[in-house]
Amino acid sequence: MFLKKNIGAKIALLPMIIISLTVFVGCIIYSFIYSLTNSKLIPVFNYVGFDQYERLFKTRKWDVAVENIFIYGFVFTIGCLVIGFLLAVLIDQKIRAESLFRTIFLYPYAMSFVVTGLVWKWVLNPTFGIEHSMHLWGFTWFELDWLVNRDLAIYAVCIAAVWQGAGFVMILMLAGLRGIDEDIWKSLSIEGVPKWKSYIFVILPMIRPMVITSLVLIAAGVVKVYDLILALTSGGPGYSTTTPAMYVMENFFSRANLGQAFAASIIMFISVVCILAPWAYYEFYFRNREAKA
Amino acid sequence: MKNSVEVKKLSFNYGKEEILNNLNLDIQDGEFMVLLGPSGCGKTTLLNCIAGLLDIDEGQIWIEDDNVTWKEPKDRHIGMVFQSYALYPSMTVEKNLSFGLRMMNTPKNIINKKIEKASNLLQINELLKRKPSQLSGGQRQRVAIGRALVRDAKVFLFDEPLSNLDAKLRAELRYEIKKLHRDLSNTMIYVTHDQIEAMTLADRISVMKDGLIQQLDTPKQIYNKPANLFVAGFIGSPSMNFLNAKFDKTNQNLIVGKQHINISKYENFNNLFDNQEVIFGIRPENIKIDNNENAIQCNVELVEPMGADTLVWTSIEGKPISIRFEGSSNYYLNDEINISFDIKKSSIFDSQSEERI
Amino acid sequence: MEANGPRPKHLSIGRIGMYCFIIMCALFFLMPLYVMLVTSFKDMDEIRSGNLLYIPKSLSFYAWPKAWSQACTGFVCEGLKPGLVNSLKITIPSVIVSVSLGAINGYALAFWRFKGAYFFFGLCMFGAFIPYQVMVYPLLKIESALGIYSSLPGIILVHTIFGMPILTLIFRNFYASLPIDLFKAARIDGGNFLKIFFYVIIPMSTPITIVAVILQVTGIWNDFLLGLVFAGRDNQPMTVQLNNIVQVDYGVVEYNVDMAATILTSMIPLAVYFVSGRWFVRGIAAGAIKG
Repeated sequence: MFLKKNIGAKIALLPMIIISLTVFVGCIIYSFIYSLTNSKLIPVFNYVGFDQYERLFKTRKWDVAVENIFIYGFVFTIGCLVIGFLLAVLIDQKIRAESLFRTIFLYPYAMSFVVTGLVWKWVLNPTFGIEHSMHLWGFTWFELDWLVNRDLAIYAVCIAAVWQGAGFVMILMLAGLRGIDEDIWKSLSIEGVPKWKSYIFVILPMIRPMVITSLVLIAAGVVKVYDLILALTSGGPGYSTTTPAMYVMENFFSRANLGQAFAASIIMFISVVCILAPWAYYEFYFRNREAKA
Repeated sequence: MKNSVEVKKLSFNYGKEEILNNLNLDIQDGEFMVLLGPSGCGKTTLLNCIAGLLDIDEGQIWIEDDNVTWKEPKDRHIGMVFQSYALYPSMTVEKNLSFGLRMMNTPKNIINKKIEKASNLLQINELLKRKPSQLSGGQRQRVAIGRALVRDAKVFLFDEPLSNLDAKLRAELRYEIKKLHRDLSNTMIYVTHDQIEAMTLADRISVMKDGLIQQLDTPKQIYNKPANLFVAGFIGSPSMNFLNAKFDKTNQNLIVGKQHINISKYENFNNLFDNQEVIFGIRPENIKIDNNENAIQCNVELVEPMGADTLVWTSIEGKPISIRFEGSSNYYLNDEINISFDIKKSSIFDSQSEERI
Repeated sequence: MEANGPRPKHLSIGRIGMYCFIIMCALFFLMPLYVMLVTSFKDMDEIRSGNLLYIPKSLSFYAWPKAWSQACTGFVCEGLKPGLVNSLKITIPSVIVSVSLGAINGYALAFWRFKGAYFFFGLCMFGAFIPYQVMVYPLLKIESALGIYSSLPGIILVHTIFGMPILTLIFRNFYASLPIDLFKAARIDGGNFLKIFFYVIIPMSTPITIVAVILQVTGIWNDFLLGLVFAGRDNQPMTVQLNNIVQVDYGVVEYNVDMAATILTSMIPLAVYFVSGRWFVRGIAAGAIKG
């Protein structure tokens, strides 16, 4: 009986169900199990408890990776949100050539991370890049050596990432701004509320769902950052711009240290869950309850 | 009496499309003016022009003897209530009411006084701490009206304020708005497409179509003496019956196919000329059952009981005619009835110009 | 003069400032693209001595053919051409398979609800947020077991898997916005699962299919990580080859060739974006707004 009802839909959804279970759930379980082993070149079940995690947290390189991901996550998220919102507000001011500006701000988003990384690597090139241009123009004090500076290289990554992602936030925010009821603006105009106060006190709270969505999508992307850094700095100078994703990939594919890689990837996964859980709770539980009340 | 709002030779174009052209409208002090018309007639555009929310192309707007044509909306001493309420969703009712005042740095005690007065008037004291999402449609609209009240506006503008409410609430709020106008006696300009709202609320109605004022008069005059065919058809539900006819001066009759209707009692009878093609209009309640020899014989084709009265449908020369009876009627399908018209209450329009004769 | 007619227009300082700011932002956003273009048309001498931001003194077409067919990745010196072919071989079937699967998933979820379907949908959406690094190795093991690791079918399967959550979501949201009465009428007329899909739903799906195809074409074309791991040596996509060309450790670095190669690699997604910007934007919005 169960099979007979909606049999077509059940068959159609079979690939989704199989993939969800084997790939999405299965891979996490697999990774977790083998993170408890001391697998090197090939996965072998040789139980060592949480040794790999202990080793991971003692590794200097992992510390640097975690620190980098926090810096990157913070600067990139805030940068994208602030610049994206600012651009959306500007575009929303009934400006001339609106679609031209929109096209300009969004085109980096169509480019791959590899291309983004390589372009900025060239622009920020300490010998021939922007620094060189400024020197040629007489600004000899100008310094832009971020790519070769251990402390600043991660900020170069942030600039490239914000350049690529701000347009995406702008589009989301703009969709929110365009969804604002025309009457609200009329009302604000009759009450004589200045534009900037309107945006901060009335409009921003109204597009909160859009802000949260942007925040979650951007934040979830932070943990994944890999190709961009590979192209821009290859993790260097030294390993000063390495990230957890790079650490995992290195241990998988060049250092043949599977157990470490699994453990690190599980930590990555847990941090994504930590970002998503409050949002998912709000989105699906809290909101449903609010809708019913 | 002095004018509160004057619109002088106003033109407004949307792109190349002409929405309002050379429009003049005087609204008296304390008057309740309703702008009535089908969607796209320019009534909301006119209201937005008065509010200063749209930039006009030609003409002037005066409010309280002050030329406000170039002034910002906030400097026009107006309050406005919108169809979608336009409450600020993140703020409580109290904050909604006070937001505009706070932004203009009004002292706190004055704000509180104004809020108290407005919330008493509108009976929203209980709701002050709530958010708009926790209010019903009717309550939201009260708050929106309150927001206009605290501004000490000289003129209130209403943009279809009741359209988003269900029928019962609409009637309730209509009553409230009317009472509010009685108590405050401010000038109010009210845009609607609902003729019942217009009839019940207005001191004067201006019926609009295609950016032109078709008729500007009291509700009674507009109902009884519509200026043209459009107004006649637009006002009244069920709508006025129309018959195409030709005037026969010698017999003082309108000829509708084989039927003859004597119109010697029509008020502007003398303005008709022989053989004039006209449209004869008669409201359903002005048709009577009558057994005298001039009555027109026809068959009942449909009966619609509407509670307080009953609508009986028949036809003359193939044109459907509705007749309204008070209470229930004793007529049934296919009954043969004789009807006559109350000519004094009829309207006759020239079929070329569609103007009332 | 008495106020009459439209408000006199004067550009306020605020508005001038706003235009200045937005134009500066636009210049910042355009700068890398501009630098890429001019660098690719300069010769190495000018690059070494000249200003990064200046247009080339004399147009040099040396870099483009080299990037296209001669630049070296490791021991092979065939330029990006094979990468382009590989990317096409990967992208076209991946887009077709993943979009079809997304459409049928979305359709089944929107109209043929059955118990548990939404649980798996939730699970699938959750998959969209899992970092690839967690799944890469186990997935590699699965593909090895299936005998398709390091092959064209292997990479196509991977793109289908990782494209599924977002595609299912946007198709489901689109179908959920269609009038349900249409579906009811089709069922009363005797349509079954497949018939309704082919005769009623697919003909109405053009707009969302365009959105999905654009999303996938750019997404798959721009992918690096999955192509690197799953495609195998013979099928490496353009992004991977580009990185190999630029990141060579030996010999003279030819920046003009690098930039020409970079432009070549981003040509397809940029073309898709500039030709169909409106759909691209709709794709972003559709993916982000939860139904």
